[in-house]
Order: sequence, then C-alpha cells, then structure tokens
Amino acid sequence: MVSDFAWVKPDPSGIYIAPADCWIDPSKAVRCALVTHGHADHARGGHDITMATPETLAIMALRYGTEEGAIPAAYGETIKLDGGVSATWVPAGHVLGSAQILLEHAGERVVVTGDYKRRFDPTCAPFEPVACDILITEATFGLPLFQHPPVEDEVARLLSVRANNPDRCVLVGAYALGKAQRVIAELRRAGWSETIYLHGAMEKMCRLYAELGVDLGPLALMAEVPKADLAGQIIVSPPSALNDRWARRLPDPITAMASGWMRVRQRARQRNVELPLVISDHADWDELTQTITEVNPAETWITHGREEALLRWCELTQRKARALAMIGYEDEDD
Amino acid sequence: MEAFADLIDGLTYTRSRNGKLQLLAQYLRDTPDPDRGWALAALTDGLDFPAVKSSIIRKMLMERVDPVLFTLSRDYVGDTAETASLLWPRPPHPPSPPTVSEAVDILAAMTRASVLRDLPMLLDRLDANGRYALLKLATGAMRIGISARLAKTAFAQAFDVPVDEVEEYWHGQAPPYAPLFAWAADGAPAPSGEGLPLFRPFMLAHPLDETIVDMADYAAEWKWDGIRVQIVHAVGPAGGETRVYSRSGDDISATFPEVAAALTIPCVLDGELLVRGSQQGGEKGGAASFNALQQRLGRKTVSRKMAQDYPAFVRLYDALIIGTEDVRGLPWEQRRLRLEQFMAQLDPARFDISEVVDAASLDELAALRERARDEEIEGVMLKRRDSPYIAGRRTGLWYKWKRDPLLIDCVLMYAQRGSGKRSSFYSDFTFGCWDGDPDQGADLLPVGKAYFGFTDEELKWLDRYVRSHTTNRFGPVRETDRSLVLEVAFDSVHESKRHKSGLAMRFPRISRIRTDKPAYEADRIDALRAFIGGT
Repeated sequence: MVSDFAWVKPDPSGIYIAPADCWIDPSKAVRCALVTHGHADHARGGHDITMATPETLAIMALRYGTEEGAIPAAYGETIKLDGGVSATWVPAGHVLGSAQILLEHAGERVVVTGDYKRRFDPTCAPFEPVACDILITEATFGLPLFQHPPVEDEVARLLSVRANNPDRCVLVGAYALGKAQRVIAELRRAGWSETIYLHGAMEKMCRLYAELGVDLGPLALMAEVPKADLAGQIIVSPPSALNDRWARRLPDPITAMASGWMRVRQRARQRNVELPLVISDHADWDELTQTITEVNPAETWITHGREEALLRWCELTQRKARALAMIGYEDEDD
Repeated sequence: MEAFADLIDGLTYTRSRNGKLQLLAQYLRDTPDPDRGWALAALTDGLDFPAVKSSIIRKMLMERVDPVLFTLSRDYVGDTAETASLLWPRPPHPPSPPTVSEAVDILAAMTRASVLRDLPMLLDRLDANGRYALLKLATGAMRIGISARLAKTAFAQAFDVPVDEVEEYWHGQAPPYAPLFAWAADGAPAPSGEGLPLFRPFMLAHPLDETIVDMADYAAEWKWDGIRVQIVHAVGPAGGETRVYSRSGDDISATFPEVAAALTIPCVLDGELLVRGSQQGGEKGGAASFNALQQRLGRKTVSRKMAQDYPAFVRLYDALIIGTEDVRGLPWEQRRLRLEQFMAQLDPARFDISEVVDAASLDELAALRERARDEEIEGVMLKRRDSPYIAGRRTGLWYKWKRDPLLIDCVLMYAQRGSGKRSSFYSDFTFGCWDGDPDQGADLLPVGKAYFGFTDEELKWLDRYVRSHTTNRFGPVRETDRSLVLEVAFDSVHESKRHKSGLAMRFPRISRIRTDKPAYEADRIDALRAFIGGT
C-alpha cells in the first residue's frame, strides 16, 4: 500500500477529510459537512456547506429549517471536492435518503457506511456493496446475539395481538424518522388497510415521506379522534411518548416497541414494553459480518456501537481492523 | 414446554400484578398435571438440578461460540441463560419440543458426567424462547418478578381457595404438588401436615414512618439484628424432628445444629437467631453484632470450633403453636403469656425471650430508641396487643421503627453494570473516602459498594455521569474521574480485613447525589472509623 490513508482522519467529533477540509457526519458545526442520513446524531444543522442526498436534505430542512449552502448529491452522483478528493453517495438501506459515502483520493477508496441494513425496506433504496480499501462501518448491533427475525413475523405478531384484544389499542413506539414509516409500510404490505393513527410528533415526517413518493396509506392524528373510536386501532408514537402522560388518553393501550434492542428481554422490560417487536433499521450481526466478507476491504474501521465484538470477529477471520471510538452516535431508540 | 415458555414471556412483559396473576392462574387451570406442578415449582424456586449450573451453561457455550464473543454478549445481556438461549446454534431439523415434565425428568437424570451431552440435546429441541424457559427452569434463577407469594396468590385465584391455606399446605408438599392440585382443583381433602415439622408463613411488620400509634394499644420490643427464624419441632411416626427455617422458608437446621438439637418439645416458635456476645444491648443484651453471626451463615456444616467461638441462640418473639395447640388466633398479649410460661421448659443456653420495652408514649420510646444506638440496637418493634398472628404484612398490626441511618460523604470511584433489569445501566457503585488531607496528596480508598437507594431518574443520571466521566475500563468495570460526591447512608460500620480501608459498612445505600460538593470536601476514613460502635 502506498500510503497509510493519512488523508482520512477519524476524530471523536466526526471523520475529517484533510485535503478537502470536509467532515463526514460531524457532531459540531464545520465549514463543509458530508451527511450520510437524516438522523439527529449524524445530521446536525449549522454548517456552511452541507452535502447529502436530496431526501436527506429535505429531512434536514424539515427538522432545522432550510440551510444555506445545501448541495444535493443524488445516488451514484460523484462530487469533486477540494484537494483531489471525490465523493459518491451510494444507497445504505437504513432510512429514506440514507447513503454510504465513497471517497476517492490518489487511487485509494474509502467507504463510510453510515448506518445501514441489508434487509428489504419498502421505504428506501436497498444497500449496495461497494468495493474499497477501507470500510468504515457502524456496529450498533455488533454482537452475535443480535439476529433480527424476518420483519413479516414481527408484523404478523402485532396484527394478531391487535385482533385478540378488540377492546384495546396497540401503541407502537418507533423512531420518528424511518422506523415509524417502515412499520406503517410493512403493515400495509401485510394487508392492514385501516387508518393508522399518529402521535403529533410523527405527522410532518410521514407527510414528507408521502411527498417523496413513499405510500403510507390512510393516516390520521390521534388527537383528533375520540378515545372510544381508538379501540382495536394501531397508533404509532415516538418511543419517548410510550410511557408518557399522553398515552393515558388511549383505550388501555398494549405498549409495543419496534427496535432491534427488543431482542434482549431486560431492554424491553426497562422500557415497560409488553409487546416487543424486533424490527431494526441497522445491520444485525450476520449482516455486518457478511458485508465485511463481501466487500473484503484491506482494513475495517468501526465507528460506533459494540465495536469490541466486531473487532474480535475481524481478528478471528484475520482481518485488519480498528475501532475509532466515535462519540455521540449511540442509537438507543433504534 | 411451549405453553410454559409463553407463560414466562407473558410474565416477563406484563407490568401489572393483576395481569401476572391472571396469566399464571389461567396457565394453572389450563395445563394438565404434572406439567403445571413442575411449572409452579420452577416459578417458586422449588426445583434443583445439581448437575445444571450457570458454569456448565457457560462451558457448553464456550465449546460452540468464541469465548470472547460469548463473554462480550454475556456482559451486554447481563444474564447467562438468556445469552445462551440467544446464541445457541439451532440445528437445521430440530426434533419435537419436550413437555415440561419430560424436560424435568431429563434434567433430573443428568449427572456431571452426562450434562454436557444431554443438555445440548434438549436445547436443540427448542426455539430461543423455549431455550430461555428451559435454562431458567434448570438453574432456578427466574428473575421475572414472580415472588413465591405471588405464585401462591395466583394458585389461590385459579381455584378459588384461600391463600393462607395454600401457604400452609404448600410447605408439606414436594413438586409437582399432585395432592395440592387435587385439593384445590378437585375438592379432595386437604393435604395433612400432622407430625411433620412444617414451615408456617411469618407475620411481618410495616415501617412505622410517619404513623402515630397510641402506646396503650401497642407493646414495644427491641429490634434485634440477627436473622428472623422459625423453629419447629414435630413428632411423627418416625420420632421427633426439629427444623430451623429462615424468613423465606429455607431449612437452615444444618447450619445451626446446636439450636435445632436443643428443642425437643412439639411447638412452632418465632424469634431472632443471634450469636452470644455483648455488642447488642451491652452485657445485658447478650448478643454479638450481626458481623459475628455472619461467620456462621451459609455453611452446610459447622465445625465444633465454629460452634464454640460463635455460639448461636434464638431470642423468641412469639409462639404459633405450643404442644398441639395452634395459638395463632389468640391476641398477642395472650400468646406472649403462653410463651413466657413455655420458656421454663426450654434450654436457657439456646433460648431466651425478647424483653418488652416499657414506654408510655411514642416520644418516650423515641428517646429509648435513640439511646439504643450506643448499644448497637437496630431499632424497636411495635406490636398491637390484641392482634392475632397473621401471615404476611397486615397494616396496623406490627410496625418496625429502625433508628435513623448514619451518613457519610464519599467519592464515586468505580461503577459496574448491573444485572437483570439494570443490565445496561452502570448501577453498582464503589465509593471511597480520603486517607488523609486531600490537599496534602491524600488518596481515596474504597470503603464500600452500593447498588440501591437511588430513584430510577437518579440511576439514569448516574449512568450518564459514569459514561461521560470514565477514565479507565476493566472489563465490565469503569473507573471514574473521582469527581462526584455521594452521600451514603448505612446502618453501622465494623472493622474488616476484607477491605483495604479496614472497614466494612452494613447496608450501605446511596442516599443523595451531592453535585453541590467538590470531591476534596468528601469525608475522610477517620470520620467513618469514628462511627464504629454505632455512635
């Protein structure tokens, strides 16, 4: 190898691309930010220049207001940065607009996956593996015990619990960006065509998804419906609202939560969840290891999550790897 | 096994006590014998499979999964059985799952030699939830919020029988409790406990807190700091037998053989197990500190030297049965008289009676209680003079009034993730005091460890604090930057060789988070040492 990839510098507050003076997913305001997706821990406002997919920019505009200096980068489009660096956005399959970023400089290729998954998701473009020298990967669910079950099984459980409790409603806690829309879309795929009710915090994002061409079927705000009419219905709220006073307005809700963490019983108990649904927008252990095997990079760098276990796996499979100890990316609600 | 696994899942995720009771009652009604009996035993810790231990499960997994990955997973999940159930590689064509009783038979037949072959075969027949249920049943650590009392209440509810009767008959029975189900479900005669040294449920006290009681209606006694026991002698066809039971109903006779041997008259008595000494209540009090008793606890056999150095005795509080007469229905005053008369027949080396403390008013009692601190007495008990002996905790009958805790300001040094419900939280805190003047370069020495006392909100706060003030990691333990002062409450402190500071606290708990206090203002070891002896 001709260089040690010194042009890519991991820093606790983001990945810095020195020749271009650009950051990927910085946690502080910078001159130029390349953003992988719209979740708050990766996409922050206040940069002079923000480059991201048009969908991610739309999501950021909805959350922070339109920013000056937004530069859209469609999937597959390559943008020339300063210092002889070019960047290409490639689908990551995490949420609508989510991307991996391929960086090329002096014949070297580095891919930053951002958050990603390999499963089918009706609300976003599927992950595409990209050949590279260095793969900078997430490891949110980087423990072998995390094996996400088929999403169809989890949605079928949700529908059967609903059917068995006609006097109650099912309240599903789901991350407001991505998970909520995916759960709704999966319910539609499973044949649930009734109106799905939303917590107020969900409405704008669902509307944006619909505007961007993701069909979510009939939706309504829960606040506008009398309590009695909500029996037998499905309501989607942010996880933080599950045990909130807000939920008291519902008819004896069955508290569900759609999250990869629900695989561990005590995690579900900590959140007072009665119906844990193991639905995640992150790669599970097999997807993480399969992706590294498939891309087969010379080195794997791990941004955040349970990096010790993935490092160990790399060691066992004789792969060069290091942990970057990034902070602020913890995804407790996914 | 699937129905049992579903029950375990339901109980895990159901929040309300009523919901849990309903689930369990329905399972007991719908499930045939003997499966329901085994399930009930599993939920109430009534099962023991000596060959299946947590260490065996770990070993089994280490043979199938990389040990480092297993350990990291275990550390994250906080529970060996659950980790194993999630990591177990499922065979492509699993055989049909066993029934609960089939699983129990196979588990019971396992030996240390066969467990590593037979347990995997059993796990191969189950899915992740089934494996979890099986491993929990096998190792007896359910931790799903089901107390034995709740299980008995559900049993009573399932078959519409009084819960106190369930408590009483339960103890004479072994799993899978066929006679108990026959009595409750099919109206067969109640199982007889005659001639057996059975455990009877204890009467328990509420904390007095802010309650005001009229001392005309209540009698006061010291609250001795030992372990509460019930001692039972019964004569059956095979002769007389004595058992000593702990609060939870565990038979601890083998740990205190000299006490068990001293009782030879049929009766059921309630008292405090103590070791002879003069710390509690001085020479007159005649009891050593809890520390001395601790030397004797948890032993399966007792050496002669141990029994000589730490002679145990029971300080009697109450009588449930004297001779063949059940006196539980009598008012406390009359039971007390009967007990006092009965004392004459007991060996004074092993039995004495807890004296009644004379106090005309609560204020007078409060003064006595405060003075008792100097004599290392834990507090006082208040018992309603006209109250019968009733199982469980009934409001208004018995109160415990512990003396106020001692307080000291310590610095947080290490934190470790908890287990069970707290598996992702740093919830076990090790704290220290200064070994001199911090301005002159003194160091912090650990003085104790606490994992309760805080609210859920405070726990979240502490967890965040630990994560953002970590300076070092040792496996599951994090060292912090020693910047946070914690006010620690404790009942007493004793000399101890186990800790570098030479001191050990009793019942330490986090009483307040002192963000207002800088670390150098925390207390010194000498301040803690000054509390020895209770002052």
